[in-house]
Amino acid sequence: MRSDIRFLLGNEERRIENIDPQTTVLNYLRLTEHKCGTKEGCAEGDCGACTVVLGEVDENAPGAMRYRTVNACIQFVPTLDGKQLLTVEHLKGADGSLHPVQQAMVDTHGSQCGFCTPGFVMSLYKIWLDGGEDDRDVINDALAGNLCRCTGYGPIIEAARTSGGAAIDDAVEQSRRQDVAGRLKRLMAEGSGLEIDHPGGRYFAPRNSDELAHILVTHPDAVILAGGTDVGLWVTKHLKRLDPIVYIGDVADLKFVEWRDGDLHIGAGATYSAAHEALGEVAADLGELVRRIGSRQIRNAGTVGGNIANGSPIGDTPPALIALGARLVLRMGDVRREIPLEDFFITYGQQDRAKGEFVEKIIVPKPAGSSQFRAWKISKRFDQDITAVLGAFAITLEKGAVRDIRIAFGGMAGTPMRAKKCEAALIGQPWNEATLNTARLALAEDFKPMTDMRASGEYRMLVAQNLLSKLYIETTQPDVTTRLVGKVASNG
Amino acid sequence: MADPCDITMPENILKGGVGTASKHDSGPKHVTGEAVYIDDIVEPYGTLHLAPGAATIAHGRITKLDLSKVRSAPGVVCVLTADDIPGINDISPAHTHDEPVLPDGIVQFYGQPVFCVAAETREQARAATRLAEIEYEELPAILSIDDALAQKSYVAEPHVMKRGDSASALASAPHRHAARMVIGGQDHFYLEGHISFAIPQEDGDVFIHCSTQHPSEVQHNIANVLGRPANAVTVEVRRMGGGFGGKETQSMQWAALASIVAVKTGRPAKMRLDRDDDMIMTGKRHDFIVDYDIGFDDAGRICGADIQYATNCGFSADLSSAIADRAMFHTDNAYYLGDVEIRSYRCKTNLVSNTAFRGFGGPQGMVAIERIMDEIALALGLDPLDVRIANYYGDAGRNITPYHMTVEDNVLPELTRDLLASTDYRARRAEIDAFNAQSPVIKRGIAITPVKFGISFTTTFLNQAGALVHVYQDGSVHLNHGGTEMGQGLFIKVAQVVAEEFQIDLDNIKITATNTGKVPNTSATAASSGADMNGMAARNAARTIKERLVAFASNHYGVDESLIRFVPGRVKVGDVADVSFAELVKMAYLGRVSLSATGYYATPKIHYDRATASGRPFYYFAYGMACSEVMVDTLTGENKVTRVDILHDVGQSLNPAIDRGQVEGGFIQGMGWLTTEELWWDDHGRIRTHAPSTYKIPACSDRPDDFRLELWSSGRNVEKTIHRSKAVGEPPLMLAISVHRAIAHAVASVAGHQFVPALNTPATPEAILRAVTRLTEQAAALADGGAHDAKAAGAEGAAGAGTKMAGVGAPQTGV
Repeated sequence: MRSDIRFLLGNEERRIENIDPQTTVLNYLRLTEHKCGTKEGCAEGDCGACTVVLGEVDENAPGAMRYRTVNACIQFVPTLDGKQLLTVEHLKGADGSLHPVQQAMVDTHGSQCGFCTPGFVMSLYKIWLDGGEDDRDVINDALAGNLCRCTGYGPIIEAARTSGGAAIDDAVEQSRRQDVAGRLKRLMAEGSGLEIDHPGGRYFAPRNSDELAHILVTHPDAVILAGGTDVGLWVTKHLKRLDPIVYIGDVADLKFVEWRDGDLHIGAGATYSAAHEALGEVAADLGELVRRIGSRQIRNAGTVGGNIANGSPIGDTPPALIALGARLVLRMGDVRREIPLEDFFITYGQQDRAKGEFVEKIIVPKPAGSSQFRAWKISKRFDQDITAVLGAFAITLEKGAVRDIRIAFGGMAGTPMRAKKCEAALIGQPWNEATLNTARLALAEDFKPMTDMRASGEYRMLVAQNLLSKLYIETTQPDVTTRLVGKVASNG
Repeated sequence: MADPCDITMPENILKGGVGTASKHDSGPKHVTGEAVYIDDIVEPYGTLHLAPGAATIAHGRITKLDLSKVRSAPGVVCVLTADDIPGINDISPAHTHDEPVLPDGIVQFYGQPVFCVAAETREQARAATRLAEIEYEELPAILSIDDALAQKSYVAEPHVMKRGDSASALASAPHRHAARMVIGGQDHFYLEGHISFAIPQEDGDVFIHCSTQHPSEVQHNIANVLGRPANAVTVEVRRMGGGFGGKETQSMQWAALASIVAVKTGRPAKMRLDRDDDMIMTGKRHDFIVDYDIGFDDAGRICGADIQYATNCGFSADLSSAIADRAMFHTDNAYYLGDVEIRSYRCKTNLVSNTAFRGFGGPQGMVAIERIMDEIALALGLDPLDVRIANYYGDAGRNITPYHMTVEDNVLPELTRDLLASTDYRARRAEIDAFNAQSPVIKRGIAITPVKFGISFTTTFLNQAGALVHVYQDGSVHLNHGGTEMGQGLFIKVAQVVAEEFQIDLDNIKITATNTGKVPNTSATAASSGADMNGMAARNAARTIKERLVAFASNHYGVDESLIRFVPGRVKVGDVADVSFAELVKMAYLGRVSLSATGYYATPKIHYDRATASGRPFYYFAYGMACSEVMVDTLTGENKVTRVDILHDVGQSLNPAIDRGQVEGGFIQGMGWLTTEELWWDDHGRIRTHAPSTYKIPACSDRPDDFRLELWSSGRNVEKTIHRSKAVGEPPLMLAISVHRAIAHAVASVAGHQFVPALNTPATPEAILRAVTRLTEQAAALADGGAHDAKAAGAEGAAGAGTKMAGVGAPQTGV
């Protein structure tokens, strides 16, 4: 194992030793590098003022680079290992000229107070790196994690539409990226993982899952770090010391997202972004749900595995995956066990994971052709909001009756949970309004939701019942408009 | 006489004069990260970092304050409590002496800073705050407006505004409607949180970089806190990362703590609040309860109104009196209210002290009367727009406000005509009604609402401004004034005014940080007044220098002053000389002419007698209108704005690009206030929406793609404002009331527009679904034959309105 963190800051090589492993990238940039362009707006990954771009060698395309936006405020410096970190300071041309996205922001009057601007510029830069974008929905998704309080977004959207994009096939651009990829490969030539022993805490970043399993058996109390979109806040908000940290983001053989025998297998290290497309193939509503989890920055860092392992009572993926009958594979040392996902959640704050054990993968079965899947995320704001109620339904109808149904909710109990009484009220019954009304009442037997800042218990229950009605309308009256965002799947 | 050469020579076109869409002066610095905010200033050696330690109860006496573990924590250099304040322990902006820097024994809200830690690093300071051992004797806490009213707990005396005999007018009105509306507050959510950076100077003085809209008040209050004269304190602010009113008074506490540490330790001291602390510890837009009783005729014209406000001020007065007053001033919005009485209670609660926020009480007054307009329309079966038009201020007899000011500049009839033409409102409303009839789940709604917003500080003496202009020997200009830049584009607008005055290109003018050492005794950059007042002050300063240059040139060339003209980049001295601005400046310097001047401006015509609630508090009114269309999901309460049309009057714009930014940004901010932005406290008085994860301002996708914004081409200020422009900072926020009304329209459709939706604010999905459910139940009751009962039962807001309104005439709270 190696103890120095190696990365490129722009085009400058950094090899860092003796850094507290829970130092955030944002604090490192501002306090150590004295690069103050990147701003702290919230220190919880929700405002995007600290947005930076990470570049990584694309393992699937030799010599190519992959880029993604992340929130620097909740990323720890050792997670930069092997990557290129690009900030707002790196965009100007050698001659001092503004980058096209910067020029577009100036030209459209896209900055007022300017504090969110560097973060927006980096999200726009990512759009530019991908070749530019004109579609409003795509722009919305790319900018959902950047809050602006001054402009009302209009000029920024205009900047996104007018700044153009990198000519990805351009030889100069290709060779620039190849050059960076080559430098990163040379930097990481030894292939060994990272192990930091600092007075502030220890940090392990194994490179394969066997190593990971071994380290966790040795350090059963370790904090397992994946995207840091939750753990980061333990440091920035709860001021916790995490020791040791075991980072799974460098574990190459946990990043898979692949179909095996008709089931989707998602490694614990796969980010939401990496799994997004495949989850959308499982069911359209699952894809739409993932689109609305956090923001692009969050989905680029956070993992589906972490979303399950942290045991949030809300979700967002667990209720949907439970409704789909997903299974979980956990591993301790060389011992693996497979359980239904719903069994993982014991009660609020408690999951079926032993010390030293880790979530290895999630297996999501593709719903049968006769089954229809629906999921709705209800929150105060459509984008980048934590759910008040999440309802997920996998229903199989046959001759006007409910042959089978699995229903799971988030936000209705201390854990994501099946609505078993409601299911029982539906299975085998004709799919009509009388059954619907019985099932609505049964839901009130399944759950006693709480009141908090996101919604009252009363609202949660009513919405849960209404989502059942929405399911009924969508599956029986296809001509009725039922959605403000996202599209109704034709089937599945 | 224009010289033809002036027109044809390209170098003779002024670059960046008044009326041009000049880019924000900091734009290129914003986009590169080179714009320096206070936390970006290179820290001098030895800088200390501060963090506040918070109370964990809403109201109580501190019985034990053991900070020994805090003091001995790693890196801690000093810990402040109330005992460490060298001067006066008060930072109340209106000198109400009710707002300590740190509390001396009594905690007044959950999260109130009780002590402050200074340490070598910010992390160390924050960590140390968690080690305090504090015990309290809890006292009863008032956590709601209703509780405060019941206990007559006020931060200031109730206030009444009246015209005519509202009781008689109501008694004889053909129709009457009474209800209650609950209006939520709003967090500013400036992206840059509060920050102050105090650097000790010799003689025990202090220089403070402070993210504030009011450097002069920071200066004066910090001097008091330090027990020093005002000249011992200098405050500077180059730019804020957003303000919105949240940095008008709320910067004081952090500046005070940083200054005390700086003076005490001799080391620079920086206090930057964590976002959560910022949202917990600093004030917000006031939440209100409005009880109203309205009398109106068959055409929907209001003939009598009785309106009572109860305002949640929090634990201290802050600016609440002026804010509650401004709500009263905007009770009418655009409408003549007949005989009217408006009462206002300024409730003291054990919550954070609420403060200025864009609109300053105006939005709360306006949103109530706009709901009333819709309710009148619903009662009479009229189009709400027609009811609004019927109630617009008119000619003599219908042009006096409840505070006895004559409305002389009403442009709403013309604006309405123009907006109707461009929106096709009538046809769209009919189409929407048809859509709703066949769409059981998704309902659409549309509404037009006007804005008439009074411009001037209603505290008359605040309407003054100063500027300082230097012209250097090379003709370059240094511009300074009392206004602060929070992103609104004030600096570029004022620079354009100076460029225009001197007829020199904008890039010859250096915009400089607001500094109490350059322009003293300034007012807050607030009340939308920044460009009006500082623009005029800067013009006056430039004009003084220009007059000296003219006198010099006249004398030097022997040409009459009337023949000397400033044209782009040059000065024409009759037909004797044609010199560049720089050449003339150089000559004037050699001729021993002063090239530095101050400028001053006091807004004319305004006066107000608060004792009788009458006068002319506003120099003029700003007007605008918006038409919003929405979709509502009646199963979940989710909603989406699908189209917005805005027509806004900025007079003759100083900078149309900046003004458009203010209009659009203000609209979206107002939309957030009325829809997704919900503040939520638990039963202990602890705010639980204290970060962007729990408090939801509009995101990119909330801005409708179909957004049609026009600055009204016929706009011109009838008053002699700077280049006949109009203030633009606050008024557009209230255009978003059209979104709230459009949602109400969609909601009302579920019961065939028979019952008032009584939608409160914010219209969250939960609030909307509650309204939908209630209306559906009422419609069902009506179908069952209980028509009268259903109508009488009313809605949440109207529930028990009859009894409640009995209280309006003789308030349960007492006056």
